[in-house]
Amino acid sequence: MIAEQCVYERPVGLTATYTHYCPGCTHGIAHRLTAEVLKELGILGRTIGVASVGCSVFAYHYIACDFVGAAHGRAPAVATGLKRVLPDRVIFTYQGDGDLASIGLAEVLHAAARGEKITVIFINNAIYGMTGGQMAPTSPPGMVTSSSPGGRNPQQMGYPIRVSELVAQIEGSVYVARRSLHNPAEIRKAKKALRLAFEHQIAGHGFTMVELLSNCPTNWGLTPIESLRWIEERMIPAFPLGELKNVGDGKVEG
Amino acid sequence: MARELLKGNEAIAEAAVRAGLDAYFGYPITPQTELLEYLARRMPELGRAFVQAESEVAAINMVYGAACTGRRVMTSSSGPGISLMQEGLSYIAGAELPAVVVDVMRGGPGLGNIAASQSDYFQVTRSAGHGDFRPLTLAPATIQEAIDLTGLAFDLAERYRMLVILLVDGNLGQMMEPAELPPFCQREPSLPEWALGGAEGRPPRIITSIYLQPEALERHNLALQAKLAAIAEREQRSSGMYLEDADLIVIAFGSAARVAQNAVEAARARGMAVGLFRPITLSPFPSQHLARLAPRARAFLVVEMNAGQMIEDVRLVVGECAPVRFYGRMGGVEMLPDEVVQAIEQTMHDTHVTKNGARRLDAEVRL
Repeated sequence: MIAEQCVYERPVGLTATYTHYCPGCTHGIAHRLTAEVLKELGILGRTIGVASVGCSVFAYHYIACDFVGAAHGRAPAVATGLKRVLPDRVIFTYQGDGDLASIGLAEVLHAAARGEKITVIFINNAIYGMTGGQMAPTSPPGMVTSSSPGGRNPQQMGYPIRVSELVAQIEGSVYVARRSLHNPAEIRKAKKALRLAFEHQIAGHGFTMVELLSNCPTNWGLTPIESLRWIEERMIPAFPLGELKNVGDGKVEG
Repeated sequence: MARELLKGNEAIAEAAVRAGLDAYFGYPITPQTELLEYLARRMPELGRAFVQAESEVAAINMVYGAACTGRRVMTSSSGPGISLMQEGLSYIAGAELPAVVVDVMRGGPGLGNIAASQSDYFQVTRSAGHGDFRPLTLAPATIQEAIDLTGLAFDLAERYRMLVILLVDGNLGQMMEPAELPPFCQREPSLPEWALGGAEGRPPRIITSIYLQPEALERHNLALQAKLAAIAEREQRSSGMYLEDADLIVIAFGSAARVAQNAVEAARARGMAVGLFRPITLSPFPSQHLARLAPRARAFLVVEMNAGQMIEDVRLVVGECAPVRFYGRMGGVEMLPDEVVQAIEQTMHDTHVTKNGARRLDAEVRL
């Protein structure tokens, strides 16, 4: 007789709520990884999340910690306010590419420049999901969206912004990584990156950011499986994966 | 404590420190900058938070974040910066967070200039951002009153979980006069039962201003309006002089009220029955107090350093009871008491009581 063994369950850090995300969306994976890391590091009870405007506006219904909803793009400023008055708490923002790389570019770059001891979780799926699939600052050239119906033409619409590279060259940042959620091996690396980012924050080293390449099957007009392939074929060439910065080579001291 | 010669911006900053300011976030803009500079030195001395933000947009959102913890939080700016802060002000109002904002007004519109003006009255009292809300607005006329109202601003912000704006103009921010600072307020920072601080040992808390269901958002709005109505009932403040026998009542706030006071005293010395009514809370407007005066005066003269903004609130209260005339200067031009005396004389001259007792102005002209 084989003893019953639990191999998969809802993490304590996730609430028992159905999410509003579309089928196949990787937000659920990013939420789960965040919740697992917060629990494993023993910081869930002293963490405050800052939700942003976009599909993840209701992140606070799913991740079981204190949360505040920020205005579009302003999450790093809101996180700065929280961290400066409660320096012993763990503060993270959860932002999409429209929120972080377009309207909130100033806030994230300056939070990095100040070396704010916060963690930014940056979901990059190259599109505005909540408003129905418009071109984002991270849309690769040629990408068809509802506001670039002929494909993103760099001559008129410019080029995608690689925010992690920008943040990594700022002295105030200590940990910057870009990972992907398109397959199990990358998901494991994404979790490790989140863990390292939070460890750096807890140790008080400085600004940390993890960019997660994500999908949007609904607005990309693809099936979930096709959308994961699209991350691999179209997004990773434009946004190379890796650890862009890890001050101290990952040896995080508390 | 003793009276000292204090500069307005610095006096407000030190008054905030003594009222228990835990965190300040700001951005340089004339004529407010000394407030930021003072706190840049003072806050770190006391181990409190100070951040020079990258913009007013960021500053007000830092205020929003810090206010989520229930700590005493403040920012300061001037008209162009307050315009940029309107997004955050609306979120603070929607999420019912306590915060204090100082607006040291300058001439507008646009970049305008850095001279003193009262041109932000509409901007601040009418809404200060998108959506239905009004911040509590306090308008001191002296540096002593600015100090006192700074302390009151934090108390009111906390009591009502409300945005409170201290509305001063560049004159008050830049001038020096003797005033006395209060002792340090002794208060231990604590997390109120609504505030964020980590969910250890309790269910997680959420602070937000989003209510997707129209019925839920209407309920939220009704609650906000009920709070504003309660504030309007309890918190109206004004002061007055020579009101008992005044035929003509001059109405002015802030530093325009100082000029108006000189003019009223000069007119009194010439035997004219003139009084001064000075709103201290602009929102809620002290309509209860003014309503008691409306049936008694023959006419009102509103004096402002703008094109005529508070006059709308005055007219709402006075209605058809008596004529209301306006005198103002714009663009940062300083008005002199003599100009106001002339406006008083002209208004007195033009005011007639008809046979049926109605009070009329000869000509509805702007002076």
